[in-house]
Order: sequence, then structure tokens, then C-alpha cells
Amino acid sequence: MSIGYYPGCSLHGTSREFDESTRAVAPALGIELREIDDWSCCGASSAHSSSHLLGVALPARNLALAEEQGHDAVVAPCAACFSRLATTRYEIAHDANLAEAIPGIIERPFANSVDVVNIVQLLLAHAEKIREGVSAGSGTAAVGQLKVAAYYGCLLVRPVEVAGADDSEVPTTMEQVISACGATPVKWNMAVECCGGSFSMSRTSSVMRLGRAIVDDARKAGADAIVVACPMCHANLDFRQAARSDGDALPVLYLTQLVGLAMGMTPETLGLQRHFVDTKPLLDTLDTRAHELAAKTQAAAAAKTKARDGAVV
Amino acid sequence: MFVCHCGENIARTVDCARVSETLADHPGVVVSLDYKYMCSDPGQNLVKQAIEEHGLTGVVVAACSPHMHEKTFRRAAARAGLNPFLCEMANIREQCSWIHDDKVEATDKAIEIVRTIVEKVKNNAPLETIHIPVTKRAIVIGGGIAGIQAALDIADGGADVILVEKEPSIGGHMSQLSETFPTLDCSQCILTPRMVEVYQHPRITLHTYSELESVEGFIGNFTVTIRKKARSVDESLCTGCGDCTAACPSRKIPNEFDANLSLRPAIYVPFPQAVPNIPVIDREHCTLFKGRAKGREKDLCGKCKESCLRNAVDYEQVDTLVKEHVGAIVIATGFVPYSVGRDQPDGLKGYAEFNYGEIPDVIDGLQFERLASASGPTGGEIRRPSDGKVPKRIVFVQCVGSRDPEKGISYCSKICCMYVAKHTMLYRHKVHDGEAIVFYMDIRAAGKGYEEFVRRAIEEDGAQYIRGRISRMYRDGDVIKVVGFDTLSGEPAIIDADMVVLATAVRPHKRVKQLARMLSTAYDQYGFISAAHPKLRPVETNTAGVFVAGACMSPSDIPDSIATASAAASKVLGMFSSDDLEREPTVAIVNERTCIGCYSCERVCPYGAIEHVDVCNRDGEICGHVARVVPGVCQGCGTCVATCPSKSVELLGFTDEQIFAEINALLTW
Repeated sequence: MSIGYYPGCSLHGTSREFDESTRAVAPALGIELREIDDWSCCGASSAHSSSHLLGVALPARNLALAEEQGHDAVVAPCAACFSRLATTRYEIAHDANLAEAIPGIIERPFANSVDVVNIVQLLLAHAEKIREGVSAGSGTAAVGQLKVAAYYGCLLVRPVEVAGADDSEVPTTMEQVISACGATPVKWNMAVECCGGSFSMSRTSSVMRLGRAIVDDARKAGADAIVVACPMCHANLDFRQAARSDGDALPVLYLTQLVGLAMGMTPETLGLQRHFVDTKPLLDTLDTRAHELAAKTQAAAAAKTKARDGAVV
Repeated sequence: MFVCHCGENIARTVDCARVSETLADHPGVVVSLDYKYMCSDPGQNLVKQAIEEHGLTGVVVAACSPHMHEKTFRRAAARAGLNPFLCEMANIREQCSWIHDDKVEATDKAIEIVRTIVEKVKNNAPLETIHIPVTKRAIVIGGGIAGIQAALDIADGGADVILVEKEPSIGGHMSQLSETFPTLDCSQCILTPRMVEVYQHPRITLHTYSELESVEGFIGNFTVTIRKKARSVDESLCTGCGDCTAACPSRKIPNEFDANLSLRPAIYVPFPQAVPNIPVIDREHCTLFKGRAKGREKDLCGKCKESCLRNAVDYEQVDTLVKEHVGAIVIATGFVPYSVGRDQPDGLKGYAEFNYGEIPDVIDGLQFERLASASGPTGGEIRRPSDGKVPKRIVFVQCVGSRDPEKGISYCSKICCMYVAKHTMLYRHKVHDGEAIVFYMDIRAAGKGYEEFVRRAIEEDGAQYIRGRISRMYRDGDVIKVVGFDTLSGEPAIIDADMVVLATAVRPHKRVKQLARMLSTAYDQYGFISAAHPKLRPVETNTAGVFVAGACMSPSDIPDSIATASAAASKVLGMFSSDDLEREPTVAIVNERTCIGCYSCERVCPYGAIEHVDVCNRDGEICGHVARVVPGVCQGCGTCVATCPSKSVELLGFTDEQIFAEINALLTW
């Protein structure tokens, strides 16, 4: 299966680490990603809020390119890109007039035959591969100690008919990937709450308030980190958290970074140094916990052997 | 041949005189008349006189639809000594005069219509009305309030009744309720005397812990097989003393009667007022039976048997099958509440976001009934399940599942608005400083005294109603955060509640579809049993002799259930009022000489009217099989006629000869 890679503007800019970690993880899972040649803007936010047709035509152009370049599916790691591409695919499939008009507008043939998936769906489809990689790799022990809060935000689960999540109110797909990594997903309450999205610029204080509620709940649930799969969510949680005065910040990882860590990749390969909230202390703690656990297991095993040999415990 | 003017109805557009004159020359027609009102007494006398004078062998009345007056004229013909099925109607009113303007063309058409029917009548054969004997016993399936009421009404009317209940006791959901709307009278106080009445009634045979296994036969003559599940307690020996229940060591089984809010032992009586008051062993949870299932040779327990002084506990009991002959069947299987969690049957979706099952203090309506009930796990005190504290603020959420096509249930469950209002009252009467907050979509309180009841909850008992839906609820320390939206003020309504009660939708019992297939009755897309006609025949089904009552038809409250149960009972008694039933003889008949025994007819018959018959040679050895139509069951729909590959089935009154004669008439004249 040939998968076209649509990075969109964010992964080439503010969320380079999402791009880096996706490119690092994909080959390890046997996924061949080829960036769509000559891709253009998906039209998120500005295009579809000014013209419905433009909002459909822009993603359609990219899907047509993917079709032309022989891809069966397109993966868009950015949740907004995914939403635009998937919505376009859905709308054209359900509107014969639109389907007829689009090729003329984008000046190329378009059969709407390419599937659109987000990064969570792609990783979930390769969960077995992740498990294999984790048990073979060296990252196991450390990531196995990690408790994470899976944060979906809006676009990975809505609109219901487009996003294809298992449950729009209480989704579990990201948790399944996290479990495949050997980490523990925590049960918390803010997984699909709003992060404030693009109001980050226009109503910063609101976004700060929303983000704080999310981070605080994750912490209350015992999470060591929050895992996201959207550059906007990441910016609002990671960057805005750095400005918190209490200095009590929770690292925010991309799901691909977690998978990479679990499979034994170095933090640098995955771009973990690029976050605003320092991830170093977290990784150090994990190592310590892993060592402690190993020592404990060893001691227990030794005690057992001793007991078997007849020693009084 | 008699042409009716129907006053002006036909004569306005059809020249009736010309019709009768033209038909007078038609081969075989002896008499051809027209008259202003053929259905009037003088009109009918014309028909009778003509039959007697001319010794007619067929009569055609060209008038209105057969639905209107076929019976009238057939009766007239019968009085003159003619077989009524030799009399036919030619419809020149609904199918001609009423829909045309041009008198010449309409008259020509009327002549054509009459000719076809005349040709048909020439091929009519005399038919005899089918008489079916009636077994004057009824079976009622389901021992909830609807089944109890139907059984008592039929039995009081003088017929024997068999009442089958799958649970160990009758009583159904009503026995679990605390008080009932709109009068707040105690549910058990009005129900238990009826339960005892059933038990003591000389004409009612009660089979509890039993299910319907199979049904054969047809109206008036059903043979039903009932599976009496092994109770493991001999009903004839047990006195209901309760020693075994006290002796049972496994006591941590969720109590279904308390909606899983309390625990019960493995040998148990569902509730103290159970009828019959005889325990049952829950073999799934009993240590002894669990051990046996695993193949242990030595029994792991036996405490209940040891404790029983009358030696009534019998571990070796097995399921038994009881055959009964009945004339009528009443379905009263009731409902189940919608389950809120993520796992849902039948392609429905749940509300995982409500954390029902995760947060112990998020309960459903039935659980609240048990909390409020004097016989419940808290003795009627409102205490929340998690820590036994008295909740000071309860949020009630209406329409959980109902009216939500996204979750797969589009209908209104009808009873929830009322029981939520009742819950707020019960709560406020017991916890005076408690706050009752209700989230609702609409308040549907149609019924005698219902709207007044809701107003009383709001105005006198201080329930706060917020119009809006809940998006989710989660635990926040000691309270439950209920995140909702007040659509009247247009603002989010986030409430810290001590307990949440979900008013869940009413759904048909999951095995009712299986039962419906067994009885060949129709059910709707949700699985509720369909009535034969939603307005005119509300308690009959499309299978003759099978009636329906209560919440297995549609969500019903107690008065509704009782009304439909009494209605079904009166239908059954009406059927039992004569010794045999008369059926139209226009049924299908198989030519057993040409039938190849493929049973295609059996597969398409919607009424299960086809039976298998062995064919024997001269030596009496079986040499083949053919199909036979049971006349009492056949409704004369003709599906088998169209399906039969060897053209061996005919519908009496509509045989091929008759239909071809009609077509020929159209082509010949």
C-alpha cells in the first residue's frame, strides 16, 4: 500500500518535531511515506471560513495530486489538515454536483479515490508492529513506566461522520496506541475538551484558561505527560504552559514521539528538545524508575530462589 | 345481473339502463335489471325473487366496492337458497363512476367491468364457510402487570388460563417500583394482592421460571410447549420458610430485583412478596453447580439441602417440557430499560460520556426506584451507592436514549417525564433540604392528572427544571460534575451533583423478536410487537388468535398496560363466546397430485399455514411428501399461489379459471 504524506504548513514550521518523529517512526513500522509532490495549502481556518468552495477545492487539489502520484491513501498528521482533507473527501462523495464541478476548478482529473487517514488511525493499524518493535527494542523499560493522558481535542473526533473515531465523546483509539507502546493511559476527563484552537492569538487569556484546565486534570489523574496528535493542541498546551507563572509544567508529547521512544529511538531523532516544556526531567525520571523497578524485580527473584533453597525469609 | 344507480353516485356518470340492456344479451345472462338503490330492502328483494323465479346459478351485482356490500348481497343470495359464493360484486362506483366524467366512456367501461365479473361467476364454485372448533383456554406470556391483568380478566370471564413467566416470580417491573404516578400510591400495595389472586385463582395455572419453547397450530387450536426450567427446589414440598436462603454461603451475587444495588445468595426468593414464594437456585453462581460444571466429582457445597427440613431442595432436577392446548395467546412480555454504557446490543450506541457503571453514584431510574422503595436496599432512605451518604443535590437527566436517533432510538419512551417528576417528589419528601435538578428536552405529560402532577413537582415540591441536554459527567473529588447547557438562558449549566439519575429509554425485551417469529406476528424496527391495525385493532396481531398487551407493543405506563391487557382479555373472551369460529372459505388449496413437495409455499407463507403430509402407496408405505394448507390458518393472501413452481396451489374464489375468464372477457367483447 502506498501512502502519500501530507505534512501541511505546521509540520514544515512550528511543529517540526511532529514531522521529524513521523518520518522516523514510519519506516520502523514498515510504512513507506512519500511526500506528495507539489502539495499546497489545505485551506484550514481561513479558506473554509471565507468560501465553502475554496475550502473544498484546495484540499481536492492535494487529493488529486495524491491520486495522480499513485497513492492509495493520504496521511495528514496535522489534525486540521486531516479534517479538511477528510471533509472534502466526504462532501464530494455525497454531492454529485460538487464532484462534477471540482475537476474543472482544480484543472486536473479527480476521482476521489484516495482514502484520508490521521496519524492515530495509521498507528493503530500498525499496533501489532509497534508491539513487536517495543519488545525487541531498548526503550521498553523506560516508556513502560510512563503514565500519559491521551488528549484528542476536536478535529480528531469531529465531525462524527468525517473523523471516523470509535466514539466521538469517549474515544479510545489513542489509548490503544499508547498501550501498544507499553505505557499506561490514565483515565481522565478532558480528552475531548476544547484547547482554544486558533483563538490563541485573538483571545489568549481564554486559551490560557482552557489549557490550564486540561493540564490540571491530567496532572490530577496522575499523568506524567499529555500526548497529542495535533500541532494546534500542542502549541496551546506546550507553548502556553511555558508561560505559566507557577512553573509547574507537564510535558506534552506527540503520539509519534511516544511511539519512537517506545521503540528505542533517541530523543533527538524525535525532536523532543524542541518543546517549550522541558522533557529532559521526565525522561530522566523514567530511567530512574526503570532502574528501580529492575532492581526490585531482581531482588524479588533472588528472594524467591532463596526461599526455594530452603532459607527462612 | 343487477345494476345499482346508487342514487346519483353511479347514475350521474354511468347510463345504468344501457348497462343492463347491453348485458341482457350477454351469453348466459337470464335476468338483467337496474334499480335506484339495490342495497335497500326492495333492491335485495329483486335479487331474491329473480333467484327463486329463474333458478339462477350465479348473481352479479354491479354497484359499489365489495368491501362495502358484498356481505349484504351474499346474505340475500343465501336467503334465496343460492350458495353465497356464487354472488359477486362488479365495482362500477369507486373504480368507474366516481373517477370519470365522460358518461359515454364511463358507461362503456362499466359494461366491460360487469362482463368480466359475469364471466368469472360462470366459473365460480359453491364454497362452504369454514368452521373451526375453539379450545377455550388461553395462554398469557409474561407475568408483569399486563400479563397478570389479562390472565385475571380471562379467568374471571370463565376460561382457563395458563400464565408463563420466565423469572422465578410474577410481578414484573411494577413490583420493583416505589410509588406510582400521578397518585403516589405504593406500587407493591396495589400489585401484590393481584399477584396472590393469580396464584389462588382456580382457573389460572401458573408456570414461573418457564419459557415458551414452541408453538404449533392455529387460531382456536394452538399446541404450546413450555420449558419449565429446573428450579432445583420441589415446588410441591417447599413451604417457603427461607432456611435454605439463610444457609447459603455464597452471598455476593448482584441482586437483579434491587437493580444490582444489593447482593443476594445463590438460592433465593427474588423478593419477600414473590409469587410463588419458592426459592430457586441460580446455577450460574452456585458453588455446587459451578463445581459440577467444571467436572468436579465431589460436590463442593450442599448447605441448602442440609438445611431444608422438608427435603425440597433437589440438585438433580432437570428442565421439563409441558405441552398445553390453547385457543388464544396473549403476548405481554413487557420491556427492558436501555443500558447506558458503551456496550450496546442491536447496533445501538451508548453514552460512554456519562460514565455510568464507572461512577457508582450515576444510576438509572429503576435503581432510584429501588433506593426510594421501602423494600429496597436502603429501606426507602435515599442514600447514594458509593458511600451511603444522603445526597443533597441530585441531577435527573431525561431522555437518556430516547428521542436520540444518533443512539438508535428515535421514539419517545413516554413514561420518563412522569417518573422523573415522581422521583423529584419522592426525593424532596424524604430529603427536605435536598435540591432536585432536572434536565429535560420537553415535558410530555399527556394523561389524566399528569400535567398537574408535574406542576406540583415544580411548584409545591421545588424541583428545578432546566431545559437542555448533558454533554458529559465526571467525577471531581466527592462530587459529580454534570456538564450541561441551559438552552433557555443560552448558557452552560455546570452542576456539582452528589448523585445523578438517568431516565433511560424503554426498549422491548431482547427475546421478543424470537417469540414474534415463533408466533408469526409482525414487529417494528425497534422490536416492539406490531398491532394488526394501529388504530382499529390495537390489541390484535396479524396472526389470528394471537393478542398483545402492555409495554411489548410500545412504551406504556401502568394504566396503559392494564387498559390494553383488559382489551386483549375481552377480545379473547369474545373469541371464546361461541363453540366454533367461522372463517371465509377463500383460502389456498394444494393439488396433492401435482405437488412435488418442494415447500416453496412454506417458506413464503407469512402465517405458517403450510403443513407437511406423507403420501402412501397402496401398501401403505410412505412414498413421498406434499404440502397442505391448513384452512384455519390461511388468510387467503395468495403468496403461495404465485410462488408454487408446479402451479399446484389455487386460491378458492380466485382460481386460475376464474381470473383467466375475466381476462378473456376483456379481450373478447
